[in-house]
Amino acid sequence: MSDDHVYMTLAEGHDDSDARWAFGTGFEDPLHGVDTTVPAGVDREDLAALCLALGDDALVSAQRLAEWTTRAPELEEEVALANIGLDLLGQARLLYARCGQADGTGRGEDAYAYFRDPDDFRNVRLAELPNGDFAFSVVRLLVLSSWRLAHFERLTRDPDPVLAAVAAKGVKELAYHRQWAAEWAVRLGDGTEESRRRTQAALGQVAPYLGELFSAFDVRDEVVAVLGQVTEAAGLSMPAWQPLPGRGREGRHTEHLAPLLAELQSVARAHPGATW
Amino acid sequence: MVTASSASIASTALTASTASAASTESTPSTVSAAFTDAGRARQIASTVPDPELPMLTLADLGVLRDVEVGADGTVVATLTPTYSGCPAMAEMRAAVAARLSDAGYARVEIRTLLDPPWTTDWISPEGRRKLAEHGIAPPGPAPRPAPGPVPLVLSPTRREVACPLCGSADTEETSRFGATSCKALWRCRACREPFEYVKEI
Repeated sequence: MSDDHVYMTLAEGHDDSDARWAFGTGFEDPLHGVDTTVPAGVDREDLAALCLALGDDALVSAQRLAEWTTRAPELEEEVALANIGLDLLGQARLLYARCGQADGTGRGEDAYAYFRDPDDFRNVRLAELPNGDFAFSVVRLLVLSSWRLAHFERLTRDPDPVLAAVAAKGVKELAYHRQWAAEWAVRLGDGTEESRRRTQAALGQVAPYLGELFSAFDVRDEVVAVLGQVTEAAGLSMPAWQPLPGRGREGRHTEHLAPLLAELQSVARAHPGATW
Repeated sequence: MVTASSASIASTALTASTASAASTESTPSTVSAAFTDAGRARQIASTVPDPELPMLTLADLGVLRDVEVGADGTVVATLTPTYSGCPAMAEMRAAVAARLSDAGYARVEIRTLLDPPWTTDWISPEGRRKLAEHGIAPPGPAPRPAPGPVPLVLSPTRREVACPLCGSADTEETSRFGATSCKALWRCRACREPFEYVKEI
């Protein structure tokens, strides 16, 4: 789909110095104008699966972060959560576009985001759990951003140049996300008795989902070290964990993913192809 | 000039639909004319403002990486997005294409260069001056972490951000995230005014 002319019309409707833009649906291919050749020697199926999984982690996380809008404890933190979600949504769009090129279907981002069912999603289950309280959302973001940052840092050396470029951009963003979550975790852990109790409880709630994060990628030591650094500074303790059976990467999800997707997908499915 | 990396080669040509605007312009037909034409095309593309920081052009911001005119007269403009989630990227591409086609270039191609990723270090001195003039503190030098795992620093980091309104260095961060991806919220303890700050990336 090429809708460049739509935006050109908007820009042309004004005098040169007075051009303004309108945001709407019908965003074009986020990889427009990028060389999208898959290099020889890169396994297309593996590349597509990796982009899909990382895209799903980002999309589902972005949806949960967006749920904080109008509900965060302070306006500044609401803006922070929305900004982090927007970065992740941007990463998801780029990864879905790359997935469609790698798997040979040429599907666009909407096909992946709106027209797949829960069993087809490959995000880790930690991303889909309900937001809980602010402490849980902070701890979950700390874990997911530390893990994604470590993984993306390695992907900057991926043989696929598009994935490597998406990762290099993402590393800068994820470092800000992890910093925000780490500072809040320390503030809450080192805060009142109540904030400390809730943050320690949140660590216990995310712990069973850690095993799933570490099973596929060689980033365990790095992430565990970061979590140790934060919990020590916060006066908290990292609980021992037993990994839960099943993996989101294999399409096995909690009961929480389906309602999240139902909300995310309802408009696109009720009005397929609609634009505004 | 940016050298095109393997991730930059355009796959899609965007042919402007408003070729009629070219009627009052002369089409370059010689090599020397084409050479000076690249400078003109660059100058024209450089006037396109950023949608979210309209006091800056895309050139000031460092988003416009390169403008070239091919032997057949095709203008190729290369852009690098600021943040992955930047919702204005499509508008930026369309605006650059529209501005060039309005100026008489019948064939315009917009390329997206993802690598190297955008950094605030690319904001020009002129761009920094305009930001400060509009009450937005310009960024300091971007961090350049060594290759390998990105270290997490939990100790307070002291950043010197002068208040763009009164010039005082007695300022503090209220939030690292602001109204757009690229800005943080700060306040001045001297003049008591809040202000925005383009954070280093």
